[in-house]
Amino acid sequence: MTTASASEIAKAVTSRKLSALEAIEAALARIEHYDPILNSFTDVTAGRARAKAREVDAAIAAGKNVGPLAGVPFAVKNLFDVKGLTTRAGSKINRDLPKATRDATLIERLEAAGAILVGALNMGEYAYDFTGENVHDGPSRNPHDPSRMTGGSSGGSGSAVGGALVPIALGSDTNGSIRVPSSFCGIFGLKPTYGRLSRARSFPFVASLDHLGPFARSVRDLALAYDAMQGPDPDDAACTTRAAEPAAPVLAQNIGGLRIALAGGWFQNHLFPEAIEAVARVAKALGVTRVVDIPEAERARAAAYVITTTEGASLHLDRLRKRPNDFEPAIRDRLISGAMIPAPLVDRAQKFRHWYRAQLLELFKSVDLLIAPATPCIAPKIGQVSFVLDGVEMLVRPNIGIHTQPISFIGLPVVAVPVPLDPMPIGVQLIAPPWREDIALRVAYALERMGAVSAPPPRGL
Amino acid sequence: MSADMIDDYIASVGAALGLPIEDAWKGAIRANLEVSLRMARLVDEFPLPDETEPASVFSA
Repeated sequence: MTTASASEIAKAVTSRKLSALEAIEAALARIEHYDPILNSFTDVTAGRARAKAREVDAAIAAGKNVGPLAGVPFAVKNLFDVKGLTTRAGSKINRDLPKATRDATLIERLEAAGAILVGALNMGEYAYDFTGENVHDGPSRNPHDPSRMTGGSSGGSGSAVGGALVPIALGSDTNGSIRVPSSFCGIFGLKPTYGRLSRARSFPFVASLDHLGPFARSVRDLALAYDAMQGPDPDDAACTTRAAEPAAPVLAQNIGGLRIALAGGWFQNHLFPEAIEAVARVAKALGVTRVVDIPEAERARAAAYVITTTEGASLHLDRLRKRPNDFEPAIRDRLISGAMIPAPLVDRAQKFRHWYRAQLLELFKSVDLLIAPATPCIAPKIGQVSFVLDGVEMLVRPNIGIHTQPISFIGLPVVAVPVPLDPMPIGVQLIAPPWREDIALRVAYALERMGAVSAPPPRGL
Repeated sequence: MSADMIDDYIASVGAALGLPIEDAWKGAIRANLEVSLRMARLVDEFPLPDETEPASVFSA
């Protein structure tokens, strides 16, 4: 049962074939054995997890319904508040903050559904990262080749699920930080519509672009976690007032009537052969040949870049004044430069965002789902600075997220699906209209059943 | 802007914001700022109607 899916664990625990405590002990043993390779965890909450597991087992013994994730171990990027831990957000500076007094909303909701938190996960400092490297905690490592990046900034989340240490993890995505690690680590990731899932009691980065979401090794697990976390939350000003719209019950619905197209232009450029192959496999499995142009996607990426760097600088301005030497140097320098963008240019980026959103909403009148690459390449080597693409040497860090940024810029829901190429997997984005996570999840489920996408066993362990 | 002008700009804005900037960081800050300004220019040169609302609309 050590690498069982969340739904298998929940079924076994609910039917008392497995105790929640056994499920947690198996996860803790796997973490102890493999995390020295992966460096995905920064905190293992074993005592809390065992206590919660005993509660779940007692409730089941008493005949109570403990929820659809009974006994399922999960872990969270260390920017989520975990009661009793300091929310470090990948930084050194935040370790001086008081310990959190209450769990993040999404942790509370997963545990209300029977899941059990086993720890907090490594991440790029303050989430301003696409690599999964961290100067304070060391890099999280790719489960298929530990010499390679996990992608970031939710690097530990990608590594822990890709390495099957836990079946479900949570992360955040401002410009691609769920979709990039999903791609590099060969797992499924959901970046929901902006505002769908509460961000209450998580450390922010860019308020107008921050999303939280789940990672899993199957679409059903992804949907189960997503469904358990939905619903309004007055503690997050951006959280929707829409009622939960469960996706798990509709996963197997026929997708034959959906209008699916490949994203053209910007999304078909700057790609290594592996990314082209991955998109082609998904398109072939779905029988899709139609290509639609996404207007001004390159400019959308640029506007997201500008808003990110300025809002990030604003968030950290006082820390940059008082403790500049305690930042990771590359991130400090990026944030300082972000403080220097003239305000009218930021305002124009926000106006462009409004215009771009209107264009995409118009496009979605004739398309139900867009297919696009998640990353231009498979996971680069840890520490790799540049790669050569189309004969041009390019920097790795700023170019990993070029295909994710124009999508999160306007908060569209995306499921990143893993194409298990050899030797390294790579992801593809399934992009739906706002509030239609169900469409992306249904198509992901169909692709999984066809065998076109799957989370490969960790090859590096 | 020339490299010297950007360095002067960084020093001036840094002083206005009260940001301590050590000499050793200046090259990386300049490189980052040049990329950000290039991105911002791409947005700036796109014509938008005067009536365009920003994405961040305040509601009372």
